[in-house]
Amino acid sequence: MFLKMEGISKAFGGSIALKSVRFEAWHGKVHAIMGENGAGKSTLMRILCGIIQPDSGKIFLKGKEIRFRSPANALSAGISMIHQELNPIPEMTVAENILIGREPVYKGFGIVNRKKVRQTATELLEQMDMFIDPDTKMKELSISEMQMVEIVKALSYDARLIIMDEPTSAISDKEVEKLFEVILKLKERNISIIYISHKIEEIFKIADDITILRDGEYIDTCSAKTLLYDDLIKKMVGRELKEIFPKENIELKETVLEVKNFTKAARFLNISFRLRKQEILGIAGLMGAGRTELAEAVFGLDIPDSGSLFLNGKEIIIGNPRDAIKYGIGFIPEDRKIKGLILCRPVMENISLAYLDNFCTSGGIIKLEKERKESKRQVQNLKIKTSSIQEVAERLSGGNQQKVVLSKWLTGNAKILIFDEPTRGIDINSKAEIYKIMTSFLKQDKAIIIISSELQELIGICDRIIVLHKGKISGEFERKDFNQEGILKAAMGEEVVINSD
Amino acid sequence: MMNKEQTLKKYLSLYGLYFAFALLIIVMAVLSPAFLKPTNIINILRQTSINGIIAIGMTLVILTGGIDLSVGSVLALSAVIATSFAHPGEHNLIVPLFIGLFVGSACGFINGFIIAWNKIAPFIVTLAMMTIARGLALVYTNGRPVIDLSDTYNKIGSGYVIGIPIPVIIFILIVLTGLFLLKYTKFGRHIYATGGNEIAANISGVNTRRVIIRVYSIAGLLSGLAGIVLSARVMSASPATGQGYELDAIAAVVIGGTKLTGGVGSIAGTIIGALIIGVMNNGLDLLNISSYWQLFVKGVIILLAVILDKKK
Repeated sequence: MFLKMEGISKAFGGSIALKSVRFEAWHGKVHAIMGENGAGKSTLMRILCGIIQPDSGKIFLKGKEIRFRSPANALSAGISMIHQELNPIPEMTVAENILIGREPVYKGFGIVNRKKVRQTATELLEQMDMFIDPDTKMKELSISEMQMVEIVKALSYDARLIIMDEPTSAISDKEVEKLFEVILKLKERNISIIYISHKIEEIFKIADDITILRDGEYIDTCSAKTLLYDDLIKKMVGRELKEIFPKENIELKETVLEVKNFTKAARFLNISFRLRKQEILGIAGLMGAGRTELAEAVFGLDIPDSGSLFLNGKEIIIGNPRDAIKYGIGFIPEDRKIKGLILCRPVMENISLAYLDNFCTSGGIIKLEKERKESKRQVQNLKIKTSSIQEVAERLSGGNQQKVVLSKWLTGNAKILIFDEPTRGIDINSKAEIYKIMTSFLKQDKAIIIISSELQELIGICDRIIVLHKGKISGEFERKDFNQEGILKAAMGEEVVINSD
Repeated sequence: MMNKEQTLKKYLSLYGLYFAFALLIIVMAVLSPAFLKPTNIINILRQTSINGIIAIGMTLVILTGGIDLSVGSVLALSAVIATSFAHPGEHNLIVPLFIGLFVGSACGFINGFIIAWNKIAPFIVTLAMMTIARGLALVYTNGRPVIDLSDTYNKIGSGYVIGIPIPVIIFILIVLTGLFLLKYTKFGRHIYATGGNEIAANISGVNTRRVIIRVYSIAGLLSGLAGIVLSARVMSASPATGQGYELDAIAAVVIGGTKLTGGVGSIAGTIIGALIIGVMNNGLDLLNISSYWQLFVKGVIILLAVILDKKK
């Protein structure tokens, strides 16, 4: 056994984040930590990395009790963390990033020995069979490549334990394969890995053991080989979740939105589709297939080179998001922190922002009471967990933040909502709730477009799925014809017979 | 729960500023008997009003995540142009006032327009405007101060209404407007949203470019107003006036707890910030401490304010 944590407790103010949690990591094994947001996974990892100190509990490294007073402490004990959001220095090269802070210098001068930096980095990269040029600038790498560099950097610190926090949240399936290969190599080198992810399929694929946390408490540790999918979910959410996707049979009505021949150079080509009232239309495809770009063009964040847009049969022109909002189109962007929320502002101000006019006099003066009431109503209806509507959005958990972004469009008269990766990085309970909110939104003659990389999600909730490959539509599936394999093939660009309506 | 404690903390940090201000007043009152005399208090308010007016505009700019370095120069340019229309017996008072405010807003509009449409750092754009406006002020006056102003114009700086100096009244009106704007108007909300997250604000339908242009225009307008008040008070306008005013204004905003990253802050804080600077300058004067030391102390206070703010 490499690491053992015992009776770890931590409270922030009055709220208990961890209650006497235990955890073990073994040499050459991948140990997954599962749990919903707020289960205490990141708190536990931050304690392990020395970023925060536990209120009580013990950490043993190779049987010896140890305390990490700082991240540097943990690092020198062989513990490295690959954070979900990477922080490279974009203007420096791969080699410089790997060896940052420990550059070999010419003796006595303190001048960096660039040759040696390059050489050391090259060796490290080669050891892991990574084909990344050490002279490339970080900013030119893909997220997946940056991750690889981070892993190499951890190795250069002689890491014996590497923590990976949601490493696949922003990389394509192909890149996930590559990452898994690297993980296997790390295992061969007897390095232990702690793997945090929300993607359950992935966990079963890569993990040896799974530890489940819930509400800051230790629930169980199981072998990934013997644990069943349903049992894992049950342990995570604390109750049976028979139906994550509450697909209801809602009658599809007439076309509300039609996109005709949308083209934007180097993004997407000749895209046409129709969206019907009460329909959920899914857009599948690999990363970089042009899905987000297409959605942003429909919403006016980008202007297509050519193509036209029809709302209820009438051509409309959308030049910016304000136009789109005026026509009743709302957009829930991919990254809620970067594009969805004003993090430093209260929940209420976020909820009312898109349709602030509804809470204002014609002179632009806000009716605070009305705004407060509506915000409270949204918080209640959507079950947003927040101490008050005056709480800053930053302090909410991911799922609740996403609900705030969503509620923004429910305060007004949005008729069409475009979701871009609506449930990325949020827990199963919140996911299920968001699907429910979508369904109830749909019922009033409204419509939804949803972009997702999670095929299960699309298959679970959509009425129809169109697939993009390299900016072109490569497949279209009605609900009755949904099949994972076919959609995947289309996403990879293989010929698929396209159903016409 | 955690959140209760956080609100408590928030209140503490909010009142911390008032507490520091009260402490400063007590210390000054103890050290100098003249400090609490009504004439001195009026004096402090009058001295604070110029910086205060500019600092309100600066608050709005900083709330959008920007900065305006040109306020001092724009003040000078507005002042020299306005006063050149304020010689006795030439024009109605409304003419220099309108022209001064117009020049100020125009400079601000140009700042805002360039920042909003070219995505250039506000620091750079307003630094350029700082030099441009100063240069224009010197060209316009040939480097000489504008003097011989009408009494009605000078009244703006030296007159009283119900015992309160006109500059103070103007300051209070601007403060009230600013408070109302930020708290109760759509525009105020859009300022916070733009500063908090410009991309998200834009996606939520906020015309962020327009917000930015307006905010800089207002900062320019208020610089123009401060230029009028200042020139009326000293009964002349020098093209060299207002140097370093941007720093006093930024200091007031920062001491008042507004974050330079945008999205968080308040006018109330800025007023206290401006008053702290005003009280200190006045107090140190009363104590016969050289103005050289005043600069030093001001710097230390700014540092303390920023460090304390970080600890929140």
